[in-house]
Formats: sequence, C-alpha cells, structure tokens
Amino acid sequence: MNLRDTSDEAAFRAELRAWIADNLPDNERGGRGGERRFEDFGRDWSRKLYDAGYSGLTWPKEYGGGGAPYSHQAIFLEEMARAEAPGHIGVIGLGMAGPTIMVHGTDAQKEKHLRKILSAEDVWCQGFSEPGAGSDLAAVRTRAERRDGHYVVNGQKVWSSFAHIADFCILVTLSDPDAPRYQGLTYLIVDMHSPGVEVRPLRQITGEAEFNEIFFTDVEVPVENRLGEEGEGWQVAMTTLLHERGTLGFALTAVLEVSVRKLLVLAEGVEDADLRQRIAREWIELQALRFTNYRSLTTLMKTGIPGPEGSIAKLQWSLANQRLTKLARELLGHDGIVDDGWWNYQQLRSRGNTIEAGTSEVLRNIVAERVLGLPRSR
Amino acid sequence: MDFSLTEEQLELKAEARRWLDAHFPLDRDWEAPWDPAGWRELAELGWLGVSVPEEHGGAGLGFLEEAVLLEELGYALYPGPYFSTVALALPQLSGEQQAKVAAGGRRWSAEVDGLVPDWGRVDAVLTDDGEVAPEGEALESIDPTRPLGRLASPRGGEASPRALAALAAEAVGVAQRALDLALRHAGTREQFGKPIGTYQAVSHPLADTYMETELARSLAYWAAWCVAEDDEQAPVAAAAAKSQASEAAVAACERSIQIHGGIGFTWEHPLHRYYRRAQWIEHFGGSPAQLRARVADAILTKEAAWTA
Repeated sequence: MNLRDTSDEAAFRAELRAWIADNLPDNERGGRGGERRFEDFGRDWSRKLYDAGYSGLTWPKEYGGGGAPYSHQAIFLEEMARAEAPGHIGVIGLGMAGPTIMVHGTDAQKEKHLRKILSAEDVWCQGFSEPGAGSDLAAVRTRAERRDGHYVVNGQKVWSSFAHIADFCILVTLSDPDAPRYQGLTYLIVDMHSPGVEVRPLRQITGEAEFNEIFFTDVEVPVENRLGEEGEGWQVAMTTLLHERGTLGFALTAVLEVSVRKLLVLAEGVEDADLRQRIAREWIELQALRFTNYRSLTTLMKTGIPGPEGSIAKLQWSLANQRLTKLARELLGHDGIVDDGWWNYQQLRSRGNTIEAGTSEVLRNIVAERVLGLPRSR
Repeated sequence: MDFSLTEEQLELKAEARRWLDAHFPLDRDWEAPWDPAGWRELAELGWLGVSVPEEHGGAGLGFLEEAVLLEELGYALYPGPYFSTVALALPQLSGEQQAKVAAGGRRWSAEVDGLVPDWGRVDAVLTDDGEVAPEGEALESIDPTRPLGRLASPRGGEASPRALAALAAEAVGVAQRALDLALRHAGTREQFGKPIGTYQAVSHPLADTYMETELARSLAYWAAWCVAEDDEQAPVAAAAAKSQASEAAVAACERSIQIHGGIGFTWEHPLHRYYRRAQWIEHFGGSPAQLRARVADAILTKEAAWTA
C-alpha cells in the first residue's frame, strides 16, 4: 500500500497541471454543468485535449488512445476537476459507445468511429431508456424490422443527453417481438442525421434541457451498422453498462470534490456546532469515496477487473451530492432561496443523481444479488 | 498509488481468520472467564511483536499489519487485551519492554479519558505520568469481552491517532461480521415460501450495510497507512475513520438484529455481543460527534491543505 503518486504518476500529474494552466482560459473555468456543456467551446476544448493526447488515455494505442494505465485516467479526472475545467464532450462515446465498439465492433466500425470519438469530431448519444422501459431495459419497444440490406426503425427513446448535438446514437431495439425475453433485442449504431430522426429537448426540474426525447419514424439503418449479432443486443448492452459503471467512480468523485471545496469556502466562519458536524461529515464521506475508488482502481490495474467495492461508488456519490447541496442552501441562510447561479442549480439537479445511470433501487439490487449473493428478487 | 494489501498482508489476514475461527468460534462459551494462558499463543503466532523491531524479538513490520490483525480480532470478537497492549501502549514502551510484549510476557493497557480498557487482564497501565500498577476500581463495561476500570488516582491521557485508527479497523471487522451473519440468515430463513433475502425490504438495508462497511474499510486503511507512515494527515484521518467506522458498525449490528427477527433479540444469539462491542468502540476515545468536531476544526481552518 502506498497512497502517494509513483514518480511516473507525479510526472504525469505535473505535466497535465501545467498543460491545463497554459491552455484553459480563465473564463471557461468553473462551469456549473448543465446546458452550457453543449456550446461550441465544448467541442473545441475536446479537440485540444485530443491533440495533446489526453483523450482516451486508457484506450489501446491502435485505436488512437494513450495506452496508459488506469491511474493516469484517475489523475486526469482529479486534475481536471481541481482546475474546474470542462470535461471532454464525448462522454457517451468515450465511456460507452467506444468501449462497446472495441469489444463487439467489426474492423470497419472500429476504423470509422473510434478515432472520431476521441477527437470529438463525432458526438454520441445513448438510446436505451423508453417511456415504458426505464430500469427494465429488456422491455424496450422501439422496433427494428429487417428489410433488404437495412433495418427500419420506429419508436421513441427518452433521457438522452447530447442527442440534440449528436452525430450517432447507440440504440437498443426490439427486432423479434416473438423471441423470449432478452433474446429479441438488436443493438444498432444510428446516424442521427438520417431522415426520420427527430430530437425534442426535455426540460428538467432545473428549468434547463440537458436530456432529450428521440423519435424514430421509418429510419433506415444499414445492416453493417449493427453491433454484435441480431438478437444479441442484450449482451452488447450489458458491455455498455459495465463500462458506464466501471469508469464512473473517479469522474463522480472529482465533481464532488469541487463541490466540497466550494462548500468549505461557503462555510468560512461558521460557528454553529450542528452545521460544523454536517460539513465534517460531507468531507469525510468524500474521503471515503475517494479511497474506495483507489481500492477499486488498484484491483482493476492488478487484475483487469474493478473490485466489487466499485459498485457502490455511484450509490454513495448520489446520496452525498444530494445532502451536500442541501447543506449549502442552509449555509446560505436567508439567501438560500435566492438563486445564486450555482447552488440552486446544483441542488435541484442532484435529485436526478439517484435516478440516472441506474436508480438507487436497481443499484441496491445489483449489490444484493451480484456482490452479496442474495437470492434474486424477481 | 497502490491501495491494496500485499500478498504477505493478505496471508496474515487469512491466517488470523482461520486461527480465530478455530479458537474463538461463535458458539464458544461466552460466559467463561478470559483465559490468559492463550496469550502466549499470540506471541508464538508473532502477532504481539508485529511492529516491534527485530532486535527486540519482533517482526519489524508496521501498523498496517497490526490494522489487518485488529480487523480480524474485531471480526472474531477476540476477548484478550490485544488492543490495549499493542494499539494503546506498545509504541510508548522502551525497547526492553517491547521485547517482553513480543514474547507474550507482559500485558499493558493505558488510561484514556479516565478509563482503562481490558481492566483485570493487564499487568501494567500507561498514563501521562508513566507506568502505574492497575490499582483501582473495576467498572461494569457494556462489552464483557472488553472490561473497563478506573485508576484509584486518575492521571488523564487521551486516544492517539494510532488508538483511533486501531478502533476503526476493529469496527470494520465487527461490521463485516454483523453483515455476514445477516446474509447467512437472509439466505436461509424462509417465510411466505421464499428466503427472506428475496424481499427488497430485507436485501436493500443489507446493500446499505455493505456500502457503509466498504467505505469505512477504505477510511480505516487510509488512517492506518497515515499512522504507519507518520503522515501529517494522521490525526484527521484517524478521527474521520473512527467516527465513520464505529457508526457503520453500530448500524450494521442494528440492521442485522432487525433482519434476524426475534432470535436476534435473544441473549443466546451472539449478535448482541457484537452490538455491545460496536457501541463500546463508538464511544471510547471520543464519540463520532466529538471526532467530527475535530475534523471540522482542521478542514475549516486549513481548507486548502486538506482538500488538495
């Protein structure tokens, strides 16, 4: 056990810190997230990250990645958060579509997509959830009917971030309604500029529209855009979700660290004993999350599989962020009901944290069944 | 950055689990008095001299290895004065005295907030004024596996970061045992034709216990590493770890008792013994609230240093 950076890690961190200082304009720091992420700077900044070699640090070199150890990715996320730098715009491409294409894609698909995900030339979105299929992904109803050399897609997807600026979508469809559950699904890559694709923004409780609905009307998708075999969409989708959860912990903790730091600034001079208790608790919870990530990361680096403790990162983070943002409102006192442009947005936004990317209920099921070995509840 | 135990540390942990399971099983006679004859076996296993330098007959290892053992001793609810001797007293003893500890010859405790743990099971007590004989009054400890006493003339003394980190490690072991017992029960006990662990009202609290235990384990080993490395973060890390891990252990026991139903509430079932230890740990050396107040003092005055 050694919780300090190795000399290689320290060198990487110093180099990155200097690069951010040289390349990130002050007025682009400290963004609060939300809609602003989608503006032009996002793509330009992502391109800069790519040119400097910071996109897809852990991706294999043959796909244009850095071939670096996972610890570099963790350091990258920490340093980006500490500089309050905006992230790479290709969240879905880097974290979900890319890794899925690496596992299940054809050579042509890898050639066509992977590098453009890294460079942010192509932005991706995810078409999994539907009005009638949230936690129960196997219940999707968006139809893909095979006709000659393509699939004809009809249906509706929801909660799709980046869809309004996306070039491609990873889409889970129902190709065989008569097949047993889990066996009639097919996973497609859909060009979002195809005729028949319509994106409508979904306004959230923050007042902003980060998510979208996507409507597909007789959209033609060439068969060569299928990822994996017809009817094996479930297995391909599981690869996507595995990667979503595998790399999420560090990104989330980095964001939480920024909030805790802002909370400590807000708390300057607070003497109330109860508030001081709660501030200390949030700081401690952040450390617990950080070191749990380190444990999981160490296991990942040694065995290629993240440790089971990593499965709690999102659950713990979402609860911590909800408590922390409410505590901030309290620290603002009478002004807690005045929209300060930061905390009000963060507090309202945090209510989505226990719903998006796996509800807390589903995550507890996963821990109970897959980690603790309890009998399945359904 | 490497947050994992070495092969040797994992082996030590596995060996401790086996030995303690064999010698201190759940179905032991809990009412039997502690037998000091077994103390020498700990010396033979090398557990008493883990951090004692080799020239004094120890293994010359560090606090991380002791934390590994403390976690397992908590898991087994070991009744001997290991915590008092090794975590409280040992580092402040002379080389000669450390050699005696490593050989299993002398058992120690120390005075913390006016209380002396493992009262009646030790030969000497360390105070702020040095060594004194364990003379005074035996108290009724809430945890009979860890008695308490008070010196006839109390001298003071408070829990060091090392003591707090040790308690955090023990608490993780207690939490893990409470969870393991609950999992076994939830997987086998049937009601309405199914194992009760099938019901989310049962499985979800256990998922929460798992989460809290793993988070506590991360904090406990962070604190242990800071103590072992004499890192400047040790006081805050130890306070953070002890506050969080002890609360996690108490909650783990309470959920486990609830999930066991009626049997969990009986004297016969060992759960209450773990629950007693969890609460003993929670309040000895500073309550979670007192320790969090200390953390608040540190982070609200030295903000930049602690968050970076």
